Order: sequence, then C-alpha cells, then structure tokens
Amino acid sequence: MAGLELLSDQGYRLDGRKATELRKVQARMGVFAQADGSAYIEQGNTKALAVVYGPHEMRGSRSRTLHDRAVINCQYSMATFSTAERKRRPHGDKKSTEMSLHLKQTFEAAILTQLYPRSQIDIFVKILQADGGNYSVCVNAATLAVIDAGIPMRDYVCACTVGFVDETPLADLCYTEENGGVSSLALALLPRGGQIALLQMDARLHQDHLETMMEAAMIACKGVSKVLDEVVRQHLQEASALSRD
Amino acid sequence: MKDTPLSNCERDFLLKAIEEKKRLDGRQTYDYRNIKITFGTDYGCCFVDLGKTRVMAQVSCELVAPKETRPNEGILFFNIELSPMASPAFEPGRQSELSVKLNRQLERCFRNSKCIDTESLCVVSGEKVWQIRVDVHTLNHDGNLMDAASIAAITALCHFRRPDVSIQGEEITVYTPEERDPIPLSIYHMPISVSFSFFQQGTYLLVDPCEREERVMDGYVNNTDNILY
Repeated sequence: MAGLELLSDQGYRLDGRKATELRKVQARMGVFAQADGSAYIEQGNTKALAVVYGPHEMRGSRSRTLHDRAVINCQYSMATFSTAERKRRPHGDKKSTEMSLHLKQTFEAAILTQLYPRSQIDIFVKILQADGGNYSVCVNAATLAVIDAGIPMRDYVCACTVGFVDETPLADLCYTEENGGVSSLALALLPRGGQIALLQMDARLHQDHLETMMEAAMIACKGVSKVLDEVVRQHLQEASALSRD
Repeated sequence: MKDTPLSNCERDFLLKAIEEKKRLDGRQTYDYRNIKITFGTDYGCCFVDLGKTRVMAQVSCELVAPKETRPNEGILFFNIELSPMASPAFEPGRQSELSVKLNRQLERCFRNSKCIDTESLCVVSGEKVWQIRVDVHTLNHDGNLMDAASIAAITALCHFRRPDVSIQGEEITVYTPEERDPIPLSIYHMPISVSFSFFQQGTYLLVDPCEREERVMDGYVNNTDNILY
C-alpha cells in the first residue's frame, strides 16, 4: 500500500477525520440477561462485546486463590469473521494470550479487589469486527461491563491508540493507519487522577516525540471517558424509568 | 513446584529499605548490576550474566519457504525458554504467563523495530528464504530476565554468521564454512531494553530489579532504546 497518504496537507485523514478527532462511539450496557455485567461498544468500525461474571467463588485451581483480594481472570478472543481473512486461531495463540494478560493488568489496577478476598472476577471480551485499536476498544467495553456488573472501580478505565505521522499525533487509529508502518501507542488511563494503567508502544519512535504522543493520548482518553460517562448515565436513567413503571 | 511465597516481614523490610533509598545489594536507585558477556564456540552462541541472572542465546538458520504475505522477506523467530533450572517456579512444558510476556516483548523489541534487514535474507523470492531462529534459555533467574534476554539476543545476532549461498539458474548451492566464509547478518541498529520497577504507587523507582524486588513491586516499565550501529 505504497503512497497511501495517512495525513493530507489540509490535515484530513483517510476517513475524513482531523488529527485529534476520535471515531464515533456507540455503546449499550446490559445486553445479556444471564451475565452479571455486559456491554457492547462500537468505535468506528471496531465492534467489541464484553461480559463480566463475578465476583464468585474461585473455580478451577483453588491454589491460585489470594487471601486478601480477588483474582481477575481475563480472556480476549477475536471472532473468526472479525478480520478480512478468516482467523484460523481465535484464541490460545501468543497475541491473544498477551492481550488477555494486558487486560488483566489494566483491570487489576482499577478494580477494588481488596473488597472481595478469596474470590474471582471473570472478564471475557470478544472482538466482532476488527478495524484498528483492538486493545483500546476492549478496555472501554470491559469498563462498561464491569460498571454494569456493579463491581466497584477506582475510576473509569479509558483507552485509546495514538499514532505518529508527519510530526502530528493521530488519535484513535483505524486498521489501515495501524498497518501503514506508523508507530502506535496504546494508553489505558484512569482519567480523574491522570494515572496510567497500561502503556504499550510498538514500532520505533524518536524519544523527543514520546512526550507529545503521550499528551495526545491522554487528551484522547479523557474524551473517551466523557462519552463512556454519558452512556452509563443514560443507561441508569433508562433502567430507573423502567423500574418506576 | 510452586515458588515459596514471600513472607510479610521480608516484604516490609524490602519496602522500608526502598523508602530509605537502600537496595539489598547496596546499589543506588539507578545502578545496573555488572554485565558479563561470554561467547561459545559456535557462531551465534553467547552467555550473558546480569548480576546473578544468567541467560544463554543461540542463533541458528534454516532455508524455508517464505510467508505468503511476504514472499521476499526472511523470517525471524524468537523463543525464550524458562527452564526449570532457573527457578523452582518454572515448570517444564507448560507455557506460563511470564513466558508469553517475555516472548512477546522480545518479538516486539526486535521484529517490530526492524533492526535486522529481512530482505537481505531472501534467496529465491517466493520459494526459499532464511529463517533465523533465536533461542534464549534462562539458566538462573535473579530478576530482570527481559533485559538479560534482550542483551543476549542482540549480541548473539551480531555474532552470528550465516552460510553463503549462490544460485545458478534453478539450483541453490549452500556452501559450508570450509568452502566459503559465512556472512554476518545485516543489522541496522541495536535495541537494548531497560527495566524499571515502581513501588508505593509510583513514588519510588528502581532500575534493574532483582528477584526479591520484582516480587514486591507495584508496577513495571520496560523501555527499549536503540543505538545506531
């Protein structure tokens, strides 16, 4: 894909967005009645589904029980139809295991696990359509699902992927931008305190640009947190309106 | 075999010492342990000692068919083995979380940073390319396996020599080291990883954590920088 202009002279990207513009976010909470918490999120063309079970008694290996806090168990998988070519191994391969580990790390930082000793919280995330920013969309979906399950967290966990092209940071990358050899940075942030839960960067970047990219990522995450907050409040209004009737 | 859990008094002692800016082995907060690199007899074999952490890297090559999506690029394959001799916590066979984490970090460190020219590894486009395989074995785990593994991997890659090939029409001849001198890999830059550990919600920062410090840490940052070769 040589010659694909990721940022035009007028400052427009491939899909017509400006450099700091996020994709359209649409989310719904409580999509499954069976699970304790669930959420569905669409960020542009990337669609993810998150389901939370817990806190419940430790299943499987009892030896992994922690005496003073809950164990968080995450599983990330991609649907076989989520990418352009059919995915031969949706879970169990190295990249999915690494994503699951990263999600676990992120939520261990945010969820108040000290309130539930000797128990387990399961978070399952599935990507239904992958169009860039997989990790970020998963984190956002899982945050909504954890809130839907009523598990207390320190703050919303918002994530965003930021790329760097022509000295400009681009917020919320899509698939073509991610694969265009752009150095990308994924940041999971607790917006109120400005605390970073996870920071991951692929590809090369000059260290002078790191500060700018991180600033842009933080601003983008704060934007995402506003949207997620609105979704949660609206869901609460609908739920309370239903229960009143 | 499961690792012995850290006792509360040991944990408190370590955290109190870190608050007073003291480390178990007497280092300062930004001091690295002594690094010693030795080479084996074969090309591409090297041992790295980072304090007491010891790892070994071995590079080997093989002619294989390339990936369909990249027909004129060679293949780089990294594998880090957490052998049970390194620590009682490592079990043979099963791929633990730490092993996946280290493998992915190594892949990101070397493959995504494009430090090796993979196009020079192509012999016949679409049919035969060199697959360079880097195997890193941990021999002793005393903290900071990632940094030791990255140093071992890049050193072994720089030390490695691949056999010379020549193509006559349809035939590919691979020369043995006796017939023609083996060729080094073309390396653009050397990525080296540096690890930091956080304590007390980020108030204290230590470079190159040893195994005990790793057990009590709150957070972890791994930064890989390169030096122009």
